Amino acid sequence: MLYREAGLFKTTYTADQALFPIPLDRYFVLAVLAVAFLVVPLVANEYWLQAVLIPFLVFSMAALGLNLLTGYAGQISLGTGGFMAVGAYMTYKIATGFPDLPIVVAFLLSGLCAAAVGVLFGIPSLRIKGFYLAVATLAAQFFLSWMFNKVPWFYNYSPSGTVTAPPRTLLGITVTGPEASAEVRYLLALTLVAVLALAAKNLVRGRVGRGWMAIRDMDIAAEIIGFRPYRTKLLAFAVSSFYCGVAGAMSLFLWLGSAETEAFSINVSFQVLFMVIIGGLGSILGSFLGAAFITLVPVFLTNAPQLVGLSMPVDLQKHIELMIFGGLIVFFLIVEPHGLARLWQIAKEKLRRWPFPY
Amino acid sequence: MAGERRIGEVILAVDQISLSFGGVRALENVSFDVRRGEIRAIIGPNGAGKSSMLNVINGFYHPQEGRITFKGQTRTQMRTHEAAEQGIARTFQNIALFKGMSTLDNLMTGRNLKMKVNFLLQALHVGPARREEIAHREFVERIIDFLEIQAVRKVPVGRLPYGLQKRVELGRALAAEPDLLLLDEPMAGMNSEEKEDMCRFILDVNEEFGTTIVLIEHDMGVVMDISDRVVVLDYGRLLADGSPDEVRRDQAVIDAYLGAVHD
Repeated sequence: MLYREAGLFKTTYTADQALFPIPLDRYFVLAVLAVAFLVVPLVANEYWLQAVLIPFLVFSMAALGLNLLTGYAGQISLGTGGFMAVGAYMTYKIATGFPDLPIVVAFLLSGLCAAAVGVLFGIPSLRIKGFYLAVATLAAQFFLSWMFNKVPWFYNYSPSGTVTAPPRTLLGITVTGPEASAEVRYLLALTLVAVLALAAKNLVRGRVGRGWMAIRDMDIAAEIIGFRPYRTKLLAFAVSSFYCGVAGAMSLFLWLGSAETEAFSINVSFQVLFMVIIGGLGSILGSFLGAAFITLVPVFLTNAPQLVGLSMPVDLQKHIELMIFGGLIVFFLIVEPHGLARLWQIAKEKLRRWPFPY
Repeated sequence: MAGERRIGEVILAVDQISLSFGGVRALENVSFDVRRGEIRAIIGPNGAGKSSMLNVINGFYHPQEGRITFKGQTRTQMRTHEAAEQGIARTFQNIALFKGMSTLDNLMTGRNLKMKVNFLLQALHVGPARREEIAHREFVERIIDFLEIQAVRKVPVGRLPYGLQKRVELGRALAAEPDLLLLDEPMAGMNSEEKEDMCRFILDVNEEFGTTIVLIEHDMGVVMDISDRVVVLDYGRLLADGSPDEVRRDQAVIDAYLGAVHD
């Protein structure tokens, strides 16, 4: 059967409001999850997990968070790196301060810390919008970077100023620290991303998400229909920062192992913003597509010359890689300014009436 | 119109309202009332202060002087979302829909004050959250049927033609089940067929749901036809107040609209 919406007749609102109303979508997502959980850990090698898949998951999480704030609620933020740093450093503090606490609980608690910090830096959004808000959130980025650098308490007074993920176990398996295998770290990251992505999808299709989109599209009308602007915006900041905080914790504990504040610099904020823009603002799928594009394309470009049997000097290859990458970004933005997710949506609409366009 | 049987007590009383922006007096000592179940029109030439009056009623502008009593509660200042909580909904002269959202989602935003399920349950989308979404969906579907916009249910409203957008905006206001519905030029820019449709919807809303309606309209034929009482504003002042027939015969109104002969 062809993949399309036409010809699917739903008889209940439950069926119409299902997460994936098209059966093939449902099967596809389940298949992807099955492959990701069962097949990938068996076949992928250390390099693939550590250099490709785990960073992809970490950035997917961060992009999800920023997309909730910028794509759905319409509040631009350049503080993503800062909020990720809060998540990473707070998980470090919690994990070293309470060694018996399950590490996942530490992740979620530090997410809540990031949410609180996000609300604090979201307060200016009540008065300012657009570029001005972006500048205000930039303050969050610089302040948080500075704080985690200058206050030794956050890195337990270690002389080098770096934080290192301590070894912790979950259900008897080492999941963090130098001993943890890449497969285990990958699976934990995947679980977190899958669960929180589902939660995000549920939020944006319910009342909370409609409030965010209403504020984004027409804030005055949103208030007149009864959404409280400050509550709605601050909730967006809180939820978004929660996701970014968990992404930061994943980045330190499941990917890098040890890090300084450099790992959460302004560059990270920009990178995540690009992911959201390229993937598609206001789309959960877009967050994943954007994260995949930004993290996977450079890896592909690095390996491509060897695959086709070309050998060239490393520096030349690096330069060509950057040029192609930049070109691709420009290309995709010209082809579809609304992001990769929109391309998919357009394809879907075309399929609906294919082969009888009218 | 034989309105006596359904028109009840005063639901909204506007008392001595004055509003100015800097040196510009938008409204001066305007007083009138609206009774439960009636259709009340506000008319007047451009710049008479009609839209300002609606903005004062739903808390968007704060008048310098005067009081507003709605359902027995008197207030001088209030935020717009508080007006929504008290049961005032409105549409705008320039459509103010959420353009990126579908028709269905736009109407669902109108239900937000009736939705109580907490954040966590929504994130999990279990039990009560799911049931609540379905229950409100059913309500919204009734409005979709009523306004005959079934075909555009899933279309982002930014893509809809003007007339349909006006209809969706009315639907969003209706979804809130308001006690008082403010319509700011619901028929502006429509052809006569669309106007007739809109008139029918307004009268049906009023009769079937008993919703009190205050509307601003420039089409005198429409106003005289569907409203029970008419307020006439001119330069921010109340010029006349009464039934359509009384207003039509009022010399001050005729002067304002047609120009008076000055000696």
